[in-house]
Amino acid sequence: MELYVNMILLTLLAAVTVAIIRQRNLFAVVVLTGAYSFLMASVMIALDAVDVAMTEASVGAGVSAVFLLTTLYLTESRELASDSGPAVPLAVSSLLGAVLVYGTYGLPRFGAADAPVQTHVGPDYLARSIPDTTVENVVTSVLASYRSFDTLGETTVVFTAAIGVLLLLRGRLRDYDRDSGEPGE
Amino acid sequence: MRLDVILRITSKLILPFILLFALYVHFHGDFGPGGGFQAGVIAAGMLILFSIIFGVYAAKQVVSETVATVMVPLGILIYASAGIPALLVNQNYLNFSVLSEDTAHGQHIGILWVEVGVLTTVAGSMISIFYALVQRGRS
Repeated sequence: MELYVNMILLTLLAAVTVAIIRQRNLFAVVVLTGAYSFLMASVMIALDAVDVAMTEASVGAGVSAVFLLTTLYLTESRELASDSGPAVPLAVSSLLGAVLVYGTYGLPRFGAADAPVQTHVGPDYLARSIPDTTVENVVTSVLASYRSFDTLGETTVVFTAAIGVLLLLRGRLRDYDRDSGEPGE
Repeated sequence: MRLDVILRITSKLILPFILLFALYVHFHGDFGPGGGFQAGVIAAGMLILFSIIFGVYAAKQVVSETVATVMVPLGILIYASAGIPALLVNQNYLNFSVLSEDTAHGQHIGILWVEVGVLTTVAGSMISIFYALVQRGRS
């Protein structure tokens, strides 16, 4: 059953990706990107990673779609035809895809119980989380209790990224007004 | 958009439940999936939906641009302050076991505390980036 669900989801993902590549209307591309994120969230649920699925659905399909649409409002909503042919990009992405597929042969089998990720610190966290913290969701206890420094760093990354984007979006406007002599806001 | 009655009424009905769901995801993060990050994104998404339907001016009366910008560094400060009680009693920074007599209960308090910080930063970032993007379109 799970195999068929995964097969259907991955086929749909491939179809959406081809549609994104072929589509020239950027508005449709944004909508398709949202559909891609939604399918990806479904794949994450099939893989029992509900936390990641929730993040993917809210960030990927929700907020970033809105951000992309707002950006489209500021620019053209139609992709310009490329000057060069598709030969070089096609060669680069085929080569990269081939390298990635080759790389998967070095990985442990999907879902293997003896994979390093299942035998390293994972079992330790699973065994200790409930006695130590009584937090049922081990993802939360690993994130906030055992690895609180990491999460503090991640929050700082969000902060830094937001400040950078805000400086770019707000700061340029003032420079532009000063240079052109137009009245600012 | 102003004339779209169906969109306005349905979103009016949905909006409080989206915010309630964000709070559920936040406070239930130690039992079910989710946590501060997801809750922050959902709460910011609620405000963005609100401003798409009712306009940015209405949204800014709920959360002003200044508040949204201040939320970004405030969240980090909330998170970082969660480690200070442990320092005061000679324990490692961000050790939540000291927050309560019962060490496991202290962990619950600490997790909620830091998740509030994550929620504040994430929601503030999303809302202020959205405001900044919309503002550029206006000029």
